[in-house]
Amino acid sequence: MSTKTLHTLDFSILQQCMHCGMCLPTCPTYQETKLEMHSPRGRIALMRAIAEDRLELTETFHEEMNYCLGCLACETACPAGVDYNQLLEVSRFEAEKKVATKKPFRSLIRKGLLGVLFSRQWLLRLVGRGLWIYQKLKLQEMVRKSGVLNLLPKLLKEWEKKTPTVQVPFSCDRMAVLEKPKTPSRYKVGMLTGCVQDILFADVNRDTVDVLLHNGCEVYTPPTQGCCGSLQIHNGEAKWSEYLASRLIQEFENQSLDAIITNSAGCGSHLKNLHSLFEKESESYVKAKAFSSKVKDIHEWLVEIGYKEPDLSKENQTKFTYHDACHLCHGQKITQQPRELLKSIQDHEYCELKDSQVCCGSAGIYNLIQPETAGIMGAHKLENIFKTGAQVVVTSNPGCMMHLKSLSQESQVKLEWKHSVSMLAEAYRRSS
Amino acid sequence: MDLIALQKSLREPLLLGIEDLLAYSYDGTAGIEPQKPLFVAFPTSAEELSLLLEWAQTYRVAVIPRGSGTGLSGGTVPIANSFVLCSSKMNRILEFDPENLTILVEPGVTTVEIAQKAESVGLFYPPDPGSMKISTIGGNVANNSGGLRGLKYGVTKDYVMGFEIVLAGGNRVWFGNKCVKDVAGYSIKDFFVGSEGTLGVFSKILLRLVPKPKSKKTLLAVYSSMEQAAKTVSQIVAYPILPCTLEFLDRTTIQCVEAYAKVGLPQNAEAVLLMETDGHPAVVAEEAQIMEEIARKSGAVSVTIAKDEQEALRLASARRSAFASLARVAPTTILEDITVPRSRLAEMVAVIQKVAVDYQVRIGTFGHMGDGNLHPTFLTNEKNHEEMKRVEKAMEVIFEQAIALGGTITGEHGVGTAKKAFLEKGVGTGAYGMMKSLKNLWDPQNILNPGKIFS
Repeated sequence: MSTKTLHTLDFSILQQCMHCGMCLPTCPTYQETKLEMHSPRGRIALMRAIAEDRLELTETFHEEMNYCLGCLACETACPAGVDYNQLLEVSRFEAEKKVATKKPFRSLIRKGLLGVLFSRQWLLRLVGRGLWIYQKLKLQEMVRKSGVLNLLPKLLKEWEKKTPTVQVPFSCDRMAVLEKPKTPSRYKVGMLTGCVQDILFADVNRDTVDVLLHNGCEVYTPPTQGCCGSLQIHNGEAKWSEYLASRLIQEFENQSLDAIITNSAGCGSHLKNLHSLFEKESESYVKAKAFSSKVKDIHEWLVEIGYKEPDLSKENQTKFTYHDACHLCHGQKITQQPRELLKSIQDHEYCELKDSQVCCGSAGIYNLIQPETAGIMGAHKLENIFKTGAQVVVTSNPGCMMHLKSLSQESQVKLEWKHSVSMLAEAYRRSS
Repeated sequence: MDLIALQKSLREPLLLGIEDLLAYSYDGTAGIEPQKPLFVAFPTSAEELSLLLEWAQTYRVAVIPRGSGTGLSGGTVPIANSFVLCSSKMNRILEFDPENLTILVEPGVTTVEIAQKAESVGLFYPPDPGSMKISTIGGNVANNSGGLRGLKYGVTKDYVMGFEIVLAGGNRVWFGNKCVKDVAGYSIKDFFVGSEGTLGVFSKILLRLVPKPKSKKTLLAVYSSMEQAAKTVSQIVAYPILPCTLEFLDRTTIQCVEAYAKVGLPQNAEAVLLMETDGHPAVVAEEAQIMEEIARKSGAVSVTIAKDEQEALRLASARRSAFASLARVAPTTILEDITVPRSRLAEMVAVIQKVAVDYQVRIGTFGHMGDGNLHPTFLTNEKNHEEMKRVEKAMEVIFEQAIALGGTITGEHGVGTAKKAFLEKGVGTGAYGMMKSLKNLWDPQNILNPGKIFS
């Protein structure tokens, strides 16, 4: 992967796009601007022009690749099965390499975030702990009130507003390396704790393990695991992504697992395709393929093995709705399973969300690098959420949850945000 | 060329960057060399549209009218020294009049928005081209688009009651009105429907709506020969029943659908027929039963009537995934749309299958059996020049045979650049000459979408 460019990529992948335009109505950036360049078809035309030497890799091209949310709604709509994800990853990688030399400050920040911080879970946990103390001592509130933040540049000020709330203890302190169900084990599974999820949503990881145990799965959770590398590859950093992938594979080697479970849509979408990072038939490729074939999204796995329905009587305590994370519905084509699980929670009322499969603007770190567009997408999403009248919003990706939660704080309506697994775990607790 | 002055009088910026121009250098047609325009303009009103056409005439720059660029005949691919006039920012519904069953829209409104608006009060806009989720009504009217409901409900032209059109040089003219009956003078509006942007550019369009049928029944029949399917269709129509949908797939398409979508069709099936009848529930139930009987008597291996909406969707999935299944087989997919009289359809399918063998090319055929409109789909690779030559030869033979059977070279995609070489043969020298003289009369300087329709 790290050697692939638009020129060396198998040309038939580009050619597979027959520019029919079926992707246009599903593309959030096209819908917003009605400009062809901001559509998947337009972007592929630019990629193809570069591959055919009709266009040089320009600054505009680089910007365009970063303007794309990478939500993959186009892949769901595409009649010809174009591998847009791969095209986007290759293009971002190539564009990043070319532009990096021109913008040393930008590459330094990227290197710091993606290459150093997110590549070392101990460091991320350290920063997380520092942030936790800062928030616990109410220093954050004081700083915000003091007005000192007005000194920051606009983008940083935006970022500060989005600072998420840290949850201590982190995943590794909430679960044992090996946990066994009370009933005889039906399966043995590995548990991916993620990077962001580990620090900000450690309770969701705990809930995932509880749900797995409740359904007869023995759960293995290596405490030293870190980021899977999906953030890196989505941002054109193939080398870091490869490194992180190899490390993660090692963590789960020699465990004879039936499945490796993830509760984060973005990670799952990347991990199911991990082998594409490596040269075909290389040793790493074979190992990654074996790993990928075991990766299961938690919803997918529960429905596959036949989950226990929570034993609850029918009531309508609160109304809740479900937002599809892009990398679950488009990246992994998982739409029915979460709904099935959620509808089994009888004591709450489930309702559908209009345009639930349209991106909310979070999209990895998109809400950080393109705050304006991300804000517009998020506002559309919130509008639809408000229309449902739901008090609880359920989704299955930490990014969507953080992004929407932070946007909704500015509105009058108070919403509760939950991961679908937590929703199920709580239902089990209520029923037992 | 005074672009700065032009820009000053327009609300939306002109696009001039090379990346933007590349993104407007193609449409939905396969195998046409992309060509960059000089710039792209987005009029936001009829006044701006008129101004742009006046500017084009003054500076002798060709105009390429374009909606969402989903056309399948190369009609919106730019030429040298041209600019693209894109309707995507003229996308308002101007007036919805359920009392007169009409809707007045700007050309950039998508087909699906019109359908949804109509449905919101129990009305129906029947034309449903395959790209209706994104295709614009301006493009639909300019190409007289069809869809799956042609037999019972007709095509786009049957729903156009009037429009305002901007002519070469910028003059705006209204044709038609909300009256069902109107014989005041020549019916000139019909010249513009299907004119592919060569005679004028629509700025407002008035459409007719009909009541939405209350119910629908879906049937799927599988056959061991195309003749049996054709016999079913002709007997249903002769009964007489007018189903809203009669769609077929041929052997190659069935195999591709099974390979990709696995909907459970028998591998040795030679034809699949998807049938739908709509209207009053009692009538629909009776018609569905008769259609089933006719299908069985005609030799169908199996016939299934959908019990509910969900099963209907499942039955329709074979037809719905036909194009996607074919498109995945090869890098280049060329979709044709010859049409023959309904009674000659089975013959035409046999001709296509023979041509595929003769020229060693892969062709999957599916389409609208009720109105004789076929979509022979070439599965090829544009980078394989030797194969492309055989594809072109095969296509030529198919066009000739369609004409020989009393058919036409295009039923709903238009002539554009892709089929202009065959038009004269298709319509006859006399008709071709009159079409050309009309073009010369209304666009003497050849500013509007030149190089399309005529060679």
